[in-house]
Amino acid sequence: MEYFLQNLINALQWGSFYAVISIGYSMVYSILMLFNFAHGDIFMVGTYIGCGIATLFLSLFSAFLPGWLIFILTIVVTMFLTSFVGVFVEEVGYRPLRQAPRASAAITGLMIGIIFETGNLIILGAQRFKFPALIKSVAYHKGGLYFTNVKIMIVGISILLMLALHVFIKKTKWGMAMRAMSFDSLAVPLMGVSINVIAPLTFAIGAGLASVAGILYGQAYPILDPYMGILLGWKAFVAAILGGRGSIMGAAMAGYMLGFIEIFVAMIFPSTFRDLIAYSIILLILTFRPRGFFGMEHSIRLRL
Amino acid sequence: METITKFKSIFYGVPMAGWLLGAFTAVMLEYFLGDPISYLFDLPKIPVLFGALFVLKHPLMIPSIIGYDIVIYILPILLVAKITAPLTNALASVLEKTPLWLSTIIHLCLFYGIIDTWSGINDYRLLVVKLTMISIILTVSLNVINGYQGEFSCSHPGFMALGAYASSTITLLFFANDKIFGAALLPAAWGPWAFPFAIIAGGAVAAIGSLVVAIPSFRTRGDYLAIISLAFMFIVKSAIENMEIIGGPRGMSSQPNYASLPVVFFWTIVCIWTIHNFVTSVMGKTLNAVRDNEPAADSMTVNTRKTKMTAFMFGAFWAGVAGGLFAHVLRYVNPSTFGLQKLAEILAMVYFGGLNSIYGSIVGAVSINVLGEALRPLELFKWIVIPLILILVMIFRPYGLISFTEINMKKMLRPKNK
Repeated sequence: MEYFLQNLINALQWGSFYAVISIGYSMVYSILMLFNFAHGDIFMVGTYIGCGIATLFLSLFSAFLPGWLIFILTIVVTMFLTSFVGVFVEEVGYRPLRQAPRASAAITGLMIGIIFETGNLIILGAQRFKFPALIKSVAYHKGGLYFTNVKIMIVGISILLMLALHVFIKKTKWGMAMRAMSFDSLAVPLMGVSINVIAPLTFAIGAGLASVAGILYGQAYPILDPYMGILLGWKAFVAAILGGRGSIMGAAMAGYMLGFIEIFVAMIFPSTFRDLIAYSIILLILTFRPRGFFGMEHSIRLRL
Repeated sequence: METITKFKSIFYGVPMAGWLLGAFTAVMLEYFLGDPISYLFDLPKIPVLFGALFVLKHPLMIPSIIGYDIVIYILPILLVAKITAPLTNALASVLEKTPLWLSTIIHLCLFYGIIDTWSGINDYRLLVVKLTMISIILTVSLNVINGYQGEFSCSHPGFMALGAYASSTITLLFFANDKIFGAALLPAAWGPWAFPFAIIAGGAVAAIGSLVVAIPSFRTRGDYLAIISLAFMFIVKSAIENMEIIGGPRGMSSQPNYASLPVVFFWTIVCIWTIHNFVTSVMGKTLNAVRDNEPAADSMTVNTRKTKMTAFMFGAFWAGVAGGLFAHVLRYVNPSTFGLQKLAEILAMVYFGGLNSIYGSIVGAVSINVLGEALRPLELFKWIVIPLILILVMIFRPYGLISFTEINMKKMLRPKNK
């Protein structure tokens, strides 16, 4: 039982990364009916930006500001900076391809991702960076369970972010415009809401979320490398599909579910079987529930 | 511009046979006189890929590389093509009266002679040519699923892995002494004759494996199918990693050296030929119908399930064949070869070349492969240049360079003097 609960905590932490990243995929999908395949690498860029900002702030302010304030400042500044990366991806890779077949936009997204990875390798070199610890890790032992305040913080901030996003989408004017756009992307531009404003906004929010996921990831696993975004990005993409495309709620739930599947498979079987069994479960789910968990019922006719 | 048009108009009357003859002369010239001429131009040895590798390392040698290319390749091709034009036109009109298959085979033999001579000069060229041909098989077969059938399948590396491991298992088990399966069960002399069966078995295993993706595709389309196929790819990779009996993550090595250039060339031609016949047949046309409008195709008596299944199995079969050849060309496979990197590479070749076109796929596979090799001295910057080229192609030609075009052998080979 304790073993189970211990893994539950680990799964919550691991699922938080997937959930926050996959929301970015899902939001872009709901607006453009396209997946942002550079999202995993936006996550990587966000982590590196966060690493730089954190190092800078620690050296500047650590004398007179408490650690949690630096942490919050880092998150805010990194979100702001990384959102421009998202806007850049939209401008270069997706805006010229609004009328093109869907697969072409997927290819440009993939290629921008490769450019990010290689660019990182060229600019920063092959040395591994270490993410500075912004919060002093304190370990707790409660009834055989072992957890740290970093773990609680990761789960807490992720859930807080998702709630904030929910409020943004449901209560604000911009959120309403985004919901309208995802409902009908042909009629809404006629009402004076431009897709060329909403789409960059969506990319920016997704990128901002991914960068926060990156900072949290850096707190849990401090060694960074340029290819860290690939596997996490593709798995978050799987979660976004599993939740039902375009459903933000579904993406978050499926992100957590994917985390649970992976951790519990590794708990029961040898850890080399993790991918095998996790993907087999996903394949079975999609075979019997082709629209994912919260997918919309209407089918979108594919442009090739 | 006008001079270019004028220059081109000189060569309007040259048929395909003339160009092939010109190229044959050029490679023969390089074969016999390559060393003295490269010495004449102050080059250390014959430049491997038209000097592309060399130029990027020593920019000062650009004039001598250009001079070498002009003397060895451009001048002989143009001169021979122009001078022998009456002769080759006469040959082409004789061949036009024979059945198409005969004249195609004659042209292919000439073409094989060219690449055999060209790649015979060093091993690096040979490897590049073989890998390019395998890429052609992969690209054309993925085009059946992604272009003609209109799905977004990500499972090609998985099919390739199945084919590679199945055929390697057969050849290693029966014809090679190796660490995994022990001594050979059959005499090694039978090996080259049994190799086609091993390759076909690899293709068949891949085709059966593709049912895992094809059956869900009855109900799912688009992005969900993309995920199913992606999951399939990860499952295959992970399953192979966990099977110690076939080497696990260390992979399989010391496959016998059966995949020589003629063998790979033969399989490539057979692949292009069968896939061309398939997509221009009625069955192939139904693929397009299902892609463009599934309910409408269904109401026009197209059996959509059978169509999807055939497309997947056919594409997967050739991916398996490519995997088998790949394993025997490199003589080493390990599961991490067949991952996301390979997937991005194959997808890039298909979408760069052009959807719904065999011609485009060949162009895409050859250009991405040659570009990848030629830009090798740039090291990391190679992975900036190639993605940039692909992004530009996608922005300006969203369906790829040459899309919706079919090969017309008759038109290609006919005499040009009329």
